[in-house]
Amino acid sequence: MSASAPASGADSKRLAQLRDGIWKPLPLIRDARWRWALNASVLLYIVLAWLSVDINWARVAQGMDRGLAFMASFLQPDFITRGGEIFTGLKESLTMTLASTVIGVLLAIPVGLGAARNISPLPVYLFCRSIIALSRTFQEIIIAILFVAMFGFGPLAGVVTLAFATIGFMAKLLAEDIEDTQREPLEAIRATGASWLQWVNYAVQPQVMPRLIGLSLYRLDINFRESAVIGIVGAGGIGATLNTSINRYDYDTSAAILLLIIVIVLMSEYLSGYVRKWTQ
Amino acid sequence: MPLIKRGDEPVWKKREPLKQYAHWAGWMLGGMLFVWCWALISENTIWEFLYDADEQAASLIGRMIPPDWSITGSLMRPLWDTINIATVGTALGILIAFPLAFLAARNTSPHPALRAFALAVIVSSRSINALIWAMLLVTIVGPGIFAGMLAIALRSIGFVGKLLYEAIEEIHPTPVEALSATGAGRTQVLAYAVWPQIMPAFAGISVYRWDINIREATTLGLVGAGGIGLQMNAAINNLAWAQVATVFVLIFATVVASEWVSAKVRHAVL
Repeated sequence: MSASAPASGADSKRLAQLRDGIWKPLPLIRDARWRWALNASVLLYIVLAWLSVDINWARVAQGMDRGLAFMASFLQPDFITRGGEIFTGLKESLTMTLASTVIGVLLAIPVGLGAARNISPLPVYLFCRSIIALSRTFQEIIIAILFVAMFGFGPLAGVVTLAFATIGFMAKLLAEDIEDTQREPLEAIRATGASWLQWVNYAVQPQVMPRLIGLSLYRLDINFRESAVIGIVGAGGIGATLNTSINRYDYDTSAAILLLIIVIVLMSEYLSGYVRKWTQ
Repeated sequence: MPLIKRGDEPVWKKREPLKQYAHWAGWMLGGMLFVWCWALISENTIWEFLYDADEQAASLIGRMIPPDWSITGSLMRPLWDTINIATVGTALGILIAFPLAFLAARNTSPHPALRAFALAVIVSSRSINALIWAMLLVTIVGPGIFAGMLAIALRSIGFVGKLLYEAIEEIHPTPVEALSATGAGRTQVLAYAVWPQIMPAFAGISVYRWDINIREATTLGLVGAGGIGLQMNAAINNLAWAQVATVFVLIFATVVASEWVSAKVRHAVL
């Protein structure tokens, strides 16, 4: 705002207040009408949204005991009674996580190469981008429902689901990374008469490798968290055990499973931070 | 770069021999681990189901096309519920995450013990998927939209809290020092030195989480927490795949729209 601009009503009010020693920060939206319209519409939305919620307070009061029981069970988680099921479920979850991440990343690399505008022709680019869009729109659990319907119950459907979701995630970020690479090495290697494969391996790969490793580890972490969920629809892993324990109100076992998930996620986060520091 | 003499010819290699062996050993171990995992999965898979997987897929897609558009009208109310679950849930989550982030950030935390507590809350909230929170909350507050909102809020606390406290830790310390030097109190420093610096990040994070929450809210109905997922679950249980396809199309449209809104807003504030 230039000082010579004629002061509007609000500005002169501000100036008058300033002379009295009262300072207020500038409002975020200068036009008062817009400000009020925005506030009013937010308020209106809150009222409308609240009207659509019907909270059954009697049911909530009844459930409060269960809520407290659940909180209490975190202080005395029961790892033993269902120890066998928890161990089998966790082992299945972890193997699913690793297998799906490896398969997903391996498949994501060609898709990612194809989806980078600077190194691939337009038809390939569009094809790979549509694979990415398809894989990213739907939640893992929806994809899992479809794959369970096709492949039957069991961890294979889970692995295929997680691998499919991994392709979209990794290929998108990899393609963005390839598009951000420096052009000089690409031109230099091409000038030596390298074949396409040599070109990708010696010009593109060294530039994106550290980030690719970091992202793969991050995806490993996400896949583990998701593997705890897709079991609900029958795609294997710890989710089925967790679902059963919650439905039976066996909160001590649920708490044990949740604590194990939290600990494994924490460990993998710590580990991936360490590996990332080491690769960069 | 090591040059290895093979006869009289020097040969260029990428790594020293010892490092090369270690590299190979690493790949070997990784491969073995993968094969072992695959063997475990294969053991627990009923391969007979797979013989007709292509027929199953074809018949599934065949029954999905064309989608049953006649139910679109009855899906509008659940769709509105889904958007409400995501929006109100995000708002609730932000409301709790905001003070938590100030407790968790190293430079604004009043006490190390409070910081540890805030970090623990953020980590537990972040490790557990909204669907799991929803399963728990349905048994506690009963099925419906309210459980969905709380589930979204609980999951959002960790996400928003983590990104926000990282943003707070990255602020420039000079404005804080300058304001402290004028004799400003703790809250004044937060309001006039810290808040203006993190506001764009805060708006970006909130909208980003809202976008993710729209996607997550579409699935919460699977465990009874309201929204369009309820209709999807009912259609799947009835094997009415044409109706499932309609739900998918609506979800797709909603997700694309929310992604567009979120990209616009983030572009405007960042």
